[in-house]
Amino acid sequence: MRFRIRYSKQGLMKFIGHLDMMRYFQKALRQAGVEVSFTEGMSPHMSMSYAFPLGVGMTSDSEYVDVDLDIPLSSRELVGRLNRAAAEGVHFLDARVVEPGKANKGMNLVRRADYTLYFREGYEWEDGWKEDFAGWLDQESIMVLKKSKKTEKEVNIRPLIYAFDLNPDMRCVRGICDETAEEGADPTASDYDAPGDLFLALSAGSENNIRPELVMEAYASASGRAFSPYSFQINRDEVYTKSGDHFIPLIKLGKQL
Amino acid sequence: MKKRLALSDEILLSVDKPERYLGNEGNVIKKDPSSVDIRFAICFPDVYEIGMSHLGIQILYEMFNRRPDLACERVYSPWVDLDSLMREKEIPLFALESQRPVREFDFLGITLQYELCYTNILQILDLSGIPLYASQRLHQKSCRPGSGRPDQPAVEKNAPEQGGLQDPQAASGENVDYSDSLLLGEGAPIVIGGGPCAYNPEPIADFFDIFYIGEGETVYDMLFDLYKSCRQEGVTRIEFLRRAAGIEGIYVPLLYRPEYYEDGRLKSFTPLMEGVPARVKKQVMMDMDDAPYMDLPLVPFLRVTQDRVCLEVQRGCIRGCRFCQAGMIYRPTRVRSLEKLKKQADIMLSSTGQDEISLSSLSTSDYPYLPELVDYLISRCGPEHINISLPSLRIDAFSLDVMSKVQDVRKSSLTFAPEAGSQRLRDVINKGLTEEDILRGAGDAFRGGWNKVKLYFMLGQPTETEEDRKAIAHLAEKIAETYYEIPKDQRIGKCTITISTSFFVPKPFTPFQWAPMFTPGDYLGFASTVNREVKEMLNHKSIRYNWHEAYVTVLEGLFARGDRRVSSCIAAAYRSGALFDAWTEYWDWNRWLKAMEETGIDLFFYTRRTRKEDELFPWDFIDAGVSRNFLLKEWQRALEGQVTPNCRQKCSCCGAARYGGGVCVIPKECIGDGIPAVQKDNTGEGACRMPEGGAEESVRTVSEDGTGGTAL
Repeated sequence: MRFRIRYSKQGLMKFIGHLDMMRYFQKALRQAGVEVSFTEGMSPHMSMSYAFPLGVGMTSDSEYVDVDLDIPLSSRELVGRLNRAAAEGVHFLDARVVEPGKANKGMNLVRRADYTLYFREGYEWEDGWKEDFAGWLDQESIMVLKKSKKTEKEVNIRPLIYAFDLNPDMRCVRGICDETAEEGADPTASDYDAPGDLFLALSAGSENNIRPELVMEAYASASGRAFSPYSFQINRDEVYTKSGDHFIPLIKLGKQL
Repeated sequence: MKKRLALSDEILLSVDKPERYLGNEGNVIKKDPSSVDIRFAICFPDVYEIGMSHLGIQILYEMFNRRPDLACERVYSPWVDLDSLMREKEIPLFALESQRPVREFDFLGITLQYELCYTNILQILDLSGIPLYASQRLHQKSCRPGSGRPDQPAVEKNAPEQGGLQDPQAASGENVDYSDSLLLGEGAPIVIGGGPCAYNPEPIADFFDIFYIGEGETVYDMLFDLYKSCRQEGVTRIEFLRRAAGIEGIYVPLLYRPEYYEDGRLKSFTPLMEGVPARVKKQVMMDMDDAPYMDLPLVPFLRVTQDRVCLEVQRGCIRGCRFCQAGMIYRPTRVRSLEKLKKQADIMLSSTGQDEISLSSLSTSDYPYLPELVDYLISRCGPEHINISLPSLRIDAFSLDVMSKVQDVRKSSLTFAPEAGSQRLRDVINKGLTEEDILRGAGDAFRGGWNKVKLYFMLGQPTETEEDRKAIAHLAEKIAETYYEIPKDQRIGKCTITISTSFFVPKPFTPFQWAPMFTPGDYLGFASTVNREVKEMLNHKSIRYNWHEAYVTVLEGLFARGDRRVSSCIAAAYRSGALFDAWTEYWDWNRWLKAMEETGIDLFFYTRRTRKEDELFPWDFIDAGVSRNFLLKEWQRALEGQVTPNCRQKCSCCGAARYGGGVCVIPKECIGDGIPAVQKDNTGEGACRMPEGGAEESVRTVSEDGTGGTAL
């Protein structure tokens, strides 16, 4: 039975890279005594897949991994067991059964991701930037040179910015009002003790993926403001798929058991 | 945002593998520093992935932290990228758990696993802001982090806060001022060294306050209790060190003075204060089932070199290979019980969630209950897809059967370590492996489906000739022929035989401690003989040959048998940029040549000279359990090509029987064919009669002119 597990990754865990996170997760499952199915073949490995790798340095309230379990557990039992084995900074929030058709393969489900950005100390922009930023977004087209390992191309990022909020309310964007969170779960066990400086909802997935840093670098460059890769501490708030016209969090494709 | 790290996000995100510096591994032990009396920083002076793979530190980490009054935290060498950032920004080196500076700690314990980490020890002290020399630490509290290797020495000279490599008087250990020493706890941590290289601590003796000789499980508690009472009493640092020297196994270099003959040989080695013993006794944990082992091994996020649960099945080795230091200093061989190991394996697998378990020992095939243990592990691990790794197994029918059960035959390779190519030389080094054993093992393996073989040899061993070197190629050829004798339809493609040779470094407390080394040019010549001969072989296309660095071998040789004067050369090399010498990309032979020249270190004297049988060695003040008489007898037997039976076949009276346990007192159920019963007697000496003089007499060798052994 395939379970989708949602967890937060905060604190020191933000320095743990994606591959190490996958290795950690396997150990956590073993420590928790959860019996995961193994693949067939010459070198059997745990049957699991990740939705959307998180960059080193970013925190998240909503990470997703799908695992196949030999012996199904209730959602509550699975989350409870995993939390007892969890590393500091990792908090398991929910586990739901997903139909094979809605199973995740790589990034195929991902359409949108929400981020909250915080200025790192010493990198703040002077007052007034928010109005200016809103004005910058009030254009139909914002062309940005997007570089990948092989290619460089001009992309209009404006349609890929779905929403923004210059005064994000911490409680709602940070997932606390998400009724899906397991009772007693504490997504505020994080680095953040104040609302962020900016909220962005961006296109994500294998096509049209844009990183929040790309948006901020483009704005900084257009407005003549200083930008460094360390300017912002970024939190990923939620990852969505699309169903009809609606974006829905990946966890909601599943049913609690 | 909450701040909880010693390094900023900017630094952590700009260096390679920030996971090295976080201290948030699974099963980490974090205590509030203000809630304990003693803070101990335990350090492996190499990069995190290497240091985290070391079993000894993990055992001590958990053992120390079981004391409620002590917090033990870990320190590793910052990698070169962070090293230069820390120097630039003057960030003091910190311990991982609390992220607090190392110089705040009461102790800094550094494990000494290989000689090439010696410059990294200076890096650790220097980045911590701890004065480099033990003698400086008597009076100087701290110094500026990184000042031990100033970028511009001319400007920094005589700056009061510097690490002070500029004071050769303090450096040499002579004219140490013992008066007006700082109060204990006022200055830098007490710097302790331990591990195999502590069996000749002299080349780094000036940098350490204390060396712990032997296994860590025994007298650390005494040392900690002494520290606490000395702090309460308010004694000076030197007084604490003097009292510590009274604990068995504790060596305080500041309290001894070496004297030399004009030709450079050691003349005497004398304690300077009353109550300081002339000989320091190795510590041995005799009851291995009682020895603390970790229940909660650390689980790193980063993939480290040994990323698996490690089960130490026994300590010591019965074999007595004459080049092997571990085989001598860990005597007597002591085993853990089957029950204890099964239980420990269960505990560690559940507490870590690791997917691999490895059996650790010097020679796992000699563990008496190996079949039962392996059966248990297979039944425990198989259903959970946990891999079992079995290094250091002798290749025979049993081990092949086991290996085919626990690993994928087609992917794995077989390893033989004949160490010498010819039977004559294998007899000299007492490696009890015959050509017949190897060919039979290889043949069985080939028929079992393996087709990759690794062979390990050493070049430059005593009495070695051109013929012995060529025999390496011949042995590989015979193995290849064994493979191609198998009918074509029953084998899988070609076989691959990989020969690796290292160059032999004579180590203290081995029968070969008297042996001369060669020049780097000689070594490369030896390797080229092997290389040419391999190419002459009929099946040379199935044989690959790799050899090790020759220059680095010579440096290892200098450190392995060096004396206290060598420390100045290590300090000079560090100052001119030497660091991570075990890493080829950072290793620079010319830098070391220059350092030797500057400090007057004669490489010939330390490495290539044949030592006389009665020469006093810098490490002779240590009582390592094996007597010097035994080692000398073994050296002579080696030169005559005579083999010595292993400890289970026949006791060779090495001296270790006086510990009254282990293989020297063989349990009744093990007595059988070829295994004699040795009765334990009440004197603690064992039934094994000491050779004339025995341990008692060897005390005399501490000083040739008879002044040793008495207090000043």
